[in-house]
Order: sequence, then structure tokens, then C-alpha cells
Amino acid sequence: MSERISVAKTYKLYIGGAFPRSESGRSYPVTDTKGAFLANAAQGSRKDARDAVAAARKAFPGWSGATAYNRGQVLYRVAEVLEGRREQFVAEVGAAEGVAVKKAQALVDAAIDRWVWYAGWTDKIATVLGASNPVAGPYFSFSVPEPTGVVAVLAPQQSSLLGLISVVAPVVAAGNTAVVVASQDRPLPAVTLSEVLATSDLPGGVVNVLTGRTAEIAPWLASHADVNALDLTGAPEALRADLEQSAAGTVKRVLRTRPSEDFTREPDLSRIRAFVESKTVWHPIGV
Amino acid sequence: MAATSTAPSLPPALADAVRDDASLRRFLHGLPGVDQVGVEQRAAGLGTRSIKKAAKLWAIDTAISMVDLTTLEGADTPGKVRSLAAKARRPDPERPEVPKVAAVCVYPDMVATAVQELQGTGINVASVATAFPSGRSSLKVKLEDTAFAVDAGATEIDMVIDRGAFLSGRYGQVFDEIVQVKHACGDAHLKVILETGELATYDNVRRASWLALLAGGDFIKTSTGKVTPAATLPVTHVMLQAVRDWRTQTGQLRGVKPAGGIRATKDAIKYLVAVHEVAGPEWLTPDLFRFGASTLLNDLLMQRRTQLEGHYSGPDYVTVD
Repeated sequence: MSERISVAKTYKLYIGGAFPRSESGRSYPVTDTKGAFLANAAQGSRKDARDAVAAARKAFPGWSGATAYNRGQVLYRVAEVLEGRREQFVAEVGAAEGVAVKKAQALVDAAIDRWVWYAGWTDKIATVLGASNPVAGPYFSFSVPEPTGVVAVLAPQQSSLLGLISVVAPVVAAGNTAVVVASQDRPLPAVTLSEVLATSDLPGGVVNVLTGRTAEIAPWLASHADVNALDLTGAPEALRADLEQSAAGTVKRVLRTRPSEDFTREPDLSRIRAFVESKTVWHPIGV
Repeated sequence: MAATSTAPSLPPALADAVRDDASLRRFLHGLPGVDQVGVEQRAAGLGTRSIKKAAKLWAIDTAISMVDLTTLEGADTPGKVRSLAAKARRPDPERPEVPKVAAVCVYPDMVATAVQELQGTGINVASVATAFPSGRSSLKVKLEDTAFAVDAGATEIDMVIDRGAFLSGRYGQVFDEIVQVKHACGDAHLKVILETGELATYDNVRRASWLALLAGGDFIKTSTGKVTPAATLPVTHVMLQAVRDWRTQTGQLRGVKPAGGIRATKDAIKYLVAVHEVAGPEWLTPDLFRFGASTLLNDLLMQRRTQLEGHYSGPDYVTVD
């Protein structure tokens, strides 16, 4: 029997629940840490970013309007499908990050656990971040956290799966929709994650994944007037100040993080808190 | 058929066509058939033209000036018409240089409100009439409907043809109706809605276009917006060919108005390319080409801002309608 020929894949973007090629028609080779060819990834352009924002905006009313319980169920289901793809993720994380199988397994397990952890939060956010406020008057005043809207997420450049999930999960768990720019040199786990999302119950457009040059796409997302918040985690160091500045042009919420963030650390609520806004209601009470 | 009632003087060949029912039918069925594959391919081909930078900005401004800002809902209120009129006068309040739209298009009972709001602005008030959108009523009612809108001050009337009569081959009846509505319009411009989504074939679109032009329609309009498919590029191509051929034969300029389903700037620009290439550059004016639209205007404004400000704009920065 002759040897099987390996298939050199060319992956696509994930926008609005579909897998389109980049509008620009470009792709770029992805290699492992030793420089061996892994696959081609689509090289997204500003117009792909624009389409992704439009898709995320379209998905926002449905996703933010779904009950917290329902969002939790959908995210748990995603974790189940992630689990089913565990071996593929282990291989991809191993190749992308140059770690041994054992370490890669630990990273993938931690990533899936992270997703489950955030899935559990959906129906507890309002309890923990909301409040009934004591006021001096015959009013019942209460504050509830509401999702911010469309969040542009620059995924971490180093941690290709655990880092990615640590930044995407809190955004969608809080009821936002996301446009994610995957790690530039390690995009394959993000591509596989988008395949997972497409085959789980997550509505199309809630998470959109762009691959390509972060420095090329990020400025367009930072200045886009229909993006409500920006997560700078994976932003190139030289670009951070500019991105913050153009984000200020349309008053976006910006999450600044240390570029060397350690994602193996236990997560906390800070990333959920960063992408919700408090709505306070005053309601007159009985006479 | 009361063919003698046509006002415009036509060249002999066309005058002969409207002499009686039989000759009208002969004329319409004698029109060359539309090459379906060809027209669709041509429309798709012209759609790939790349219009950028200054040309795009010009196209956006031209498209804005061609918009018939439309609200045709059962839930229309005077308040909604007033806010629509305000938007027509100044589409982008932060940028006074944005051209005003061509017309505001409403139901007949809203005409008075629109006229009051648009006095002295040069913006036309268009009204749908003749039992819009189905056209299923008696001629008497249709003429009353038209007169009601004209009396209220409408300067443009969008009438629907009787598709039932057209499809069953009673061309003379359709012709007479258009002629009489045109008469009822007086000085108001008449746009004839063919409702191409119900005409089934391009050949029918071509026949209906010629029928409307022969009967004296100032504009031919694709659709009511209540039927899917509404305006499409190939259908508009066929209609643009009709007005171009009409000009060749009579020297008169007649307009085209695609309506319904045009929501994006990109689509609007494709239409402008088609106008330029199929009919000719003379038609690139609000007097001869219009867009029947409501959501298109917001997208045009957002694209205009994107061009000028260098970053993408969002729906939070334009009015909600």
C-alpha cells in the first residue's frame, strides 16, 4: 500500500456562523515553533473586520436577550464539543506552543475547565455584580449589570488555546458578542475553536474569529464606531497607545492588561466585570 | 380602448401601436425577447466595477439626492411623517453639505402632513395611489384615490398597474387605466409601478415598461416593496433599456425608479453604474432616476462618514426610523 499523501489545509475565517474566505483573498503559512509548515490560515483584512462587526451586531439582540440560564446551557454544550475534540486540540497546542504532549494535555484540560467555569457564571453575574441600593427616599433602587455590546478581542499571542478561551469566554458569558483576532503566529487552535462553535448551539455571529496580522486588523476595530469595547490583551506593544487613543474617539471601554498575563492562574471575575455596564433603576414604593 | 386619449404626440410607428387593442398587443408581443442569461450576466458583470475614493463619494452624494424617502406602513402617524420630512431636509444634521433627498413618499392620507413639512424646500411629495399595493379596485376608486392625493398637494403619484389584467393579456385595460390616472394627476408626475416580482419573466417586464411609457408614465418603477423579489439589477437593466430606446424613438426622456430591497450603499452604486452604462449619463439625475428606499439612506450616510472620517461608522450615529 502506498503512503498516504498529507493534505495541506487552507483554513478560512469564521464570521456570522459561516466560514468565508478573506475578502482580500490572502492567506499565510502557519508553522510550528521549529518552523515546520502546519497549514495555511486566512489573512483577514479590514473589510473582513467590518463584516465581522456587522455580524456581531446582528447577533447581539438575540444573545444578550437570551435568558442567563439559556446562555449557560449553550456554553456548557460548547464545552462538551470541546471535550470531543480534545485530541485535536492537544496536537495543535503542542505544535503551536512547542510543548510536550503531557503539558499540552494539561493546557487543553485547563482551557475546557475554564470554559465550564465561565459557563457557570452566566446566571450568577447579576447576583454578584448587581445590587439593591439603600437610598434616602421612598424608592427601591437597584442596579443590574448589562452586556456592553460588541467587543473586539485581541487574543493573546502566546497562549493559543487557554489564553484564547480565557479572553473569549467571559465576553460571551456576560452576554456580549465578540470579534476575535486570533494569535497571529499560532492561529490553528482558534480555527478549531471556531469549528467547535459552529457545531454547537451558539448562534452564528456571537463569536467571530479573524486570523491574520493583528497590527493590520486591530486599528480598524479600535476606531470602528459600532464596536463598544476593546480587549487589548494580544495587542502589539508598539500599538497599544495608538489603539487606546483611537478607541477613545468613540468612547469604547478598553481593557488594558499586562501583556505577560499568566493564564494558568485561577480566573476571577475581572474580565466579566470589564464588559458589563450597570443599569440603575429607581422605582417608587408604596404610599 | 380609448386610445385617442393619449396626450403626447408619438412617432407614427408608436402612434399606430396604441390605435386599438389588437395593435397594442401586436406591438408588445413584437418587442424583441429578453436574453435572460445575457442580461443577468451583464448585470453581474457591471456589478463588479470598483468605485473608490472621490468617485465613491460622488456616487454616495448622487445616490442620496436620488432617494425617495419612503414610509408605507399601516402604522404611519403624522409624527413619523414629520420626522421623516426632517430627515429628508437634512439627512445628516452634523453635516449640512449632505444633499437633500429627492422626495418623500407616503400614503395619500399623509400627503397633507408631508406637504406642510416640506414647503419651500424643493423636496417633492410623492404619494402612492390607485389602491396601492395590490391595485385591486375599480377604476373609479383608483381615480378618486389619485385625485385625493393630488388635491392634498402631492407632486408625484406612484400608481400600481393591474397585474391581473396585464398577466391575462388585457393590455388595453391596463393602458386605459394609466392614461386616465395620468389625466387625473394633472401637473403631478406619474410613476408607474410594474411590480416586476409578479410579472414572472423579463419579456413581461419589457412589455409592461413599454406599455407604461406608451400610456404616458413619466417614470417606470420596479416594485411596491411589498412583494419579494422587489427591485433586482437585471430587471432594472431591462427597464433602463426601455427608457433608452424610448428616447431613441421619441426624443423624450423618461425616468426609472427601482424600489424595495436596496439597502446597502454597495448595491446603490451598482445601480448607478447600470444607469450610466445602460441608459446613459443623462439619466444620472434625480429627475430621471430615483431609489425607492428607507433604510438605504442610513447606510449611505454611514458610508459617507466612513469615507470622510477614515474609520467605520455605526448605526448609533444615524437616526432610527
